[in-house]
Amino acid sequence: MNKRLIQIILAALIYIPTFFIKPETPLQILLFVISYLIVGGTILIKAIRNIKTGNFLDENFLMSIATLGAFYIKAYPEAIAVMLFYQIGEYFQDYAVDKSKKSITSLMELKADHANLKTENGIKITDPQNIDIGSYIIIKPGERIPLDGIITEGSSYIDTSALTGETLPKEVSPGSDLLSGCINLSGLLVMKTTNTFGESTVSRILELVENASSKKSSQEKFITKFARYYTPIVVIIGLAILIIPTSIQGLSSLNTWLYRSLAFLVVSCPCALVVSIPLSFFAGIGTASKEGILIKGSNYLEALAKVETVVFDKTGTLTKGVFEVRKIVTFNNFNKNEVLEVAAYSEAHSSHPISQSLKRAYGIKIIEERIQDVNELAGLGVIAKVDNKSVTIGNIKLMDQENIDAFESGEERTIVHVGIDGIYAGYITIADELKTDSKKTVENLRELGVSKIIMLTGDSSISAKKTADELGILEYHGDLMPIDKLNKLEHIIGYQNKKGKTVFVGDGINDAPVLARADIGIAMGGIGRDAAIEAADVVIMQDEPIKLTVAIKLAKRTVAIATANIILAIGIKVIVLILSAFGFASLWMAVFADVGVTIIAVLNSLRLLRRKGI
Amino acid sequence: MKEKVGEMTKIYKLENLGCANCSAKMERKISGLKGVEEASVNFFSGKLILEMIDEKDFNVLEIEKAVEKIIKKIEPQVIMKKV
Repeated sequence: MNKRLIQIILAALIYIPTFFIKPETPLQILLFVISYLIVGGTILIKAIRNIKTGNFLDENFLMSIATLGAFYIKAYPEAIAVMLFYQIGEYFQDYAVDKSKKSITSLMELKADHANLKTENGIKITDPQNIDIGSYIIIKPGERIPLDGIITEGSSYIDTSALTGETLPKEVSPGSDLLSGCINLSGLLVMKTTNTFGESTVSRILELVENASSKKSSQEKFITKFARYYTPIVVIIGLAILIIPTSIQGLSSLNTWLYRSLAFLVVSCPCALVVSIPLSFFAGIGTASKEGILIKGSNYLEALAKVETVVFDKTGTLTKGVFEVRKIVTFNNFNKNEVLEVAAYSEAHSSHPISQSLKRAYGIKIIEERIQDVNELAGLGVIAKVDNKSVTIGNIKLMDQENIDAFESGEERTIVHVGIDGIYAGYITIADELKTDSKKTVENLRELGVSKIIMLTGDSSISAKKTADELGILEYHGDLMPIDKLNKLEHIIGYQNKKGKTVFVGDGINDAPVLARADIGIAMGGIGRDAAIEAADVVIMQDEPIKLTVAIKLAKRTVAIATANIILAIGIKVIVLILSAFGFASLWMAVFADVGVTIIAVLNSLRLLRRKGI
Repeated sequence: MKEKVGEMTKIYKLENLGCANCSAKMERKISGLKGVEEASVNFFSGKLILEMIDEKDFNVLEIEKAVEKIIKKIEPQVIMKKV
């Protein structure tokens, strides 16, 4: 058990019986003193030590003076109560801090504690921190991958869920990249490391979260500034309340005014304020990291609560970034399989995403011998011989050129026409698929009060329109080069209401300048991409846009709780100060205004750690 | 609007931090040191993040000494460690 808790319980056990003993007997006073020393001894020692170093006005000093003063005017029960409750408040605070720390350290489990290094003398178990680039390490089934690298031997399934939230295991084989933090599920793997532990994916993630609160929110800045002036001012007023009336009314009134001024000392502690506001943000960032949302500072969490404009990159963010065959339409009695087969065969040698999608849709291994005379025509398509049939595959221009009577569908997608032996066989439409949660994300953002949702893309305006219509996005800009995206964002921010914030969400590929320019740059699924982690203010580990709405909701809750804490703590303190100046408040109330408020504020902050309602 | 974390940024671990207000005080005093661009003390994680102006003009060791002095003065039980 915690030392502080033991002190509190012991002191309370001695303190409680005093209420049943005849007041101001030597026995009662003895019990008071013992109880006081148990619970307040360490505070007194700290106070004395701090006076030596010239630190007045810290909480130890204020509490010591207030309680000793209470002893002087024979307000014994109050003196002990002040100390006792002060310690209870501190205990609560520690508990709360611990709890939010734990929510962050649950991420620490990403770290592997050892690596099996391959050496000339066999396998050596070492700390991942001591392994050089280019070393070979062995990862057994069930082990966490300690460093980033490339597989040289073995194949297996790996669990990437800790990094990406993806629950399906990923198949890996020699040549595949491995990211530290993933778990090897089935086979034995040999991997060549590509960076040191310090630069590994895991280290970067941990660093990002641990150093998160270096950038402070305006609420945190306000409260530390407030505390800086609040304590001295309240102490001075407290002294004035003691000195001015007693010098007018004479020493006989000393006890009355001293009692009131002691209340001021108790209330003057800035603790509740200073601890509860950063705690709210700390808890908010901790909860977010549990959700796979890494926020680089409380200022960004605060900004997320004020988002008015969300700018999405299209490919890879709202869409899967993978082209897929959507539809096959046949003519002249050709069947779908036939059309797809010849298309996949003729495009077999191309690495273009569209060719890849045809091969994937076909799904059967290509037999090289069936293809002959491949002729790639830039900007048009391919003419090749498949099974000695002449295949013409490409856009409408190529069909015209080859005198094939193609059907013009007018669809807003990429269309590949197929001609076999000079006869039109049909067309295949290919499109990038929307992520399943994209539409819901757009809807939820609107509900959250985001007034403008904009989509930017390098794709054609026609395909941009198609995606925007499907998602219900009203403003979109297509045909943008990376530099145009930056200019567009500048333009959007220029039109933005000063208080509202603009978010840019991208996949971190080629959009680092845009991520950096936005009020909040969010990289999605960016784990393993250095530039994205570096340039972004928020990293969403999973490839799910819906997490943006989770982040905004959480940010709004955090800011609301922090604001409530500021109002509550300052409000109650001011009320109690006014009451005690006029003699309406007791030291009991002063204790409540200090410790009670701390506890309420801390508990209020801890609500953020509960996932309910996000 | 955002500064990149450069080479002049050093991170320290502060063990046994006692109170949030003291951390705020440390942060303010350390920020005022010559050669320090920005200092940030996080009471919860116990981390001090120090951004220094230029290592050529200021001796890092001297700055560290000054920082430690401030910390010890405000909270003598705190131990400052390099990360």
